[in-house]
Amino acid sequence: MTTVLLNKSYDADFVGQVEKESEQNLSLCYQCGNCTAGCPYSSFYDYPVSQIVRLTQTGQRETVLSSRALWLCASCESCTTRCPNNIDVARVMDVLRHMARRAGHKPEPEIKIFWDTFLNSVEKHGRVFEMGLMAKYIVKTGRVMTDADLGMDLLPKGKLSFRAHDIVGKQNVADIFKRFNKERES
Amino acid sequence: MSPTYAYYPGCSGLGTSAEYDRSTRAVCKTLGIELVDIPDWSCCGSTPAHTVDHALSCALSARNIGQAEKLDVEGIITPCPSCLTNLKTASHRMRNPEFKARVEKLLDEPVENRLPVMSVLQVLFEQVGPRRIADRVTESLSGLRLAPYYGCIMNRPPEIMDFDDCENPIAMDRLMAALGADIAPFPLKVECCGASFGVARKGMVMKLSGKLLDAAEDVRADAMVTACPLCQMNLDLRQKQINAANNARHNMPVFYYTQLIGKALGLGEDSLMLDNLIVRPVGAFRKMEEVRRSAS
Ligand code: SF4
Ligand code: SF4
Repeated sequence: MTTVLLNKSYDADFVGQVEKESEQNLSLCYQCGNCTAGCPYSSFYDYPVSQIVRLTQTGQRETVLSSRALWLCASCESCTTRCPNNIDVARVMDVLRHMARRAGHKPEPEIKIFWDTFLNSVEKHGRVFEMGLMAKYIVKTGRVMTDADLGMDLLPKGKLSFRAHDIVGKQNVADIFKRFNKERES
Repeated sequence: MSPTYAYYPGCSGLGTSAEYDRSTRAVCKTLGIELVDIPDWSCCGSTPAHTVDHALSCALSARNIGQAEKLDVEGIITPCPSCLTNLKTASHRMRNPEFKARVEKLLDEPVENRLPVMSVLQVLFEQVGPRRIADRVTESLSGLRLAPYYGCIMNRPPEIMDFDDCENPIAMDRLMAALGADIAPFPLKVECCGASFGVARKGMVMKLSGKLLDAAEDVRADAMVTACPLCQMNLDLRQKQINAANNARHNMPVFYYTQLIGKALGLGEDSLMLDNLIVRPVGAFRKMEEVRRSAS
């Protein structure tokens, strides 16, 4: 258990930014631990979700944004559903990973690559192309054996399409990404 | 007149969950719910989009909401809980005019955001209802013991999803009971299966989905029944991997609830695609017959 010394490390801007972007009042958290108790991913986290909330409340920017927990959260919404103070904890987790991304953290590179590849597929085709997504993921991570065993079950069932389902308005979708990236840069 | 909804199939319906899409369409048709596909619908971005940015994620859903608004329908429905969450969250958050303006800046055209968004499960449960479905059953499922598994996000968070119970949902239980099936009290109804981490962090899925299969066996279920393409894939397609990782020997069929409704209503294999399931359900059906025979 690490001790956090608050006299020097409290980053008020960070707290304000998380509260603003998530529209949540973090000072309401009294560390009951309900969110952590129900979080199916606790055993994989470096910091359980209630501690992420506490570290955020106490302005520990670096510790929070470099945390692996942010990338392992599946957005299962059990924390949000069970918080006695109505804090939308899953939304806080989401906002923290937005910030972690913007700050360039990637403690779970495979997960980031999977998510990015997924979105690239949407940007390109308008819909996600499962087979293409897997192929790109494997190329980018070099993990050639990823789920190779499943192909044997999927292929005979026609469950994997070798063709992307490009939509007519794929340019509209690409434009959403383009405008978003532009907004981000400005 | 039968109610008409704008239908959002979701990307997996075109591939890994084709049987869910097919059986949903067949069941809705049989029960008098008219579906019109959202013209040229696009991907909602699923979880990856909202981990990047909320306005981006909402814009991807808002494009589909806008496309649906061009139709003469009373709402938007989707079978997939992940698509549902994104559509509902977008619709909910766009009630804030400031946020809506930010989303619209990313779109080609503004959206009205007036249509209600629901899951197909909600529409079948509320508009048709278990009693009317029970009246239509031609091939009862009595003797088949099911563990109903809703997955994590169909009903949560309750402020946004606004349907059934967030800790102990019962819509699918009631619909399956209406088909004559025996419903096991399944304690992990809303636990997460490991979501889309199967590719990047398989171990997490092996543990979480493994727990679900163990629990289904503990309550002596012959099969699980689910409403989520990702849950179904983790439990069915990855069941062999799970057995290998956990030294287990599960042989648990995992149905979509629409396949079972279709079966009880007498729809054929063309509509149900039971052959698409990786864990074959023949054993479960055989047991069902045996139970019935010994009861009569
Ligand atoms: S459930 Fe809510 S109050 Fe309790 S520790 Fe988690 S965030 Fe804090
Ligand atoms: S949303 Fe994330 S942090 Fe919250 S309980 Fe689910 S996995 Fe844990």
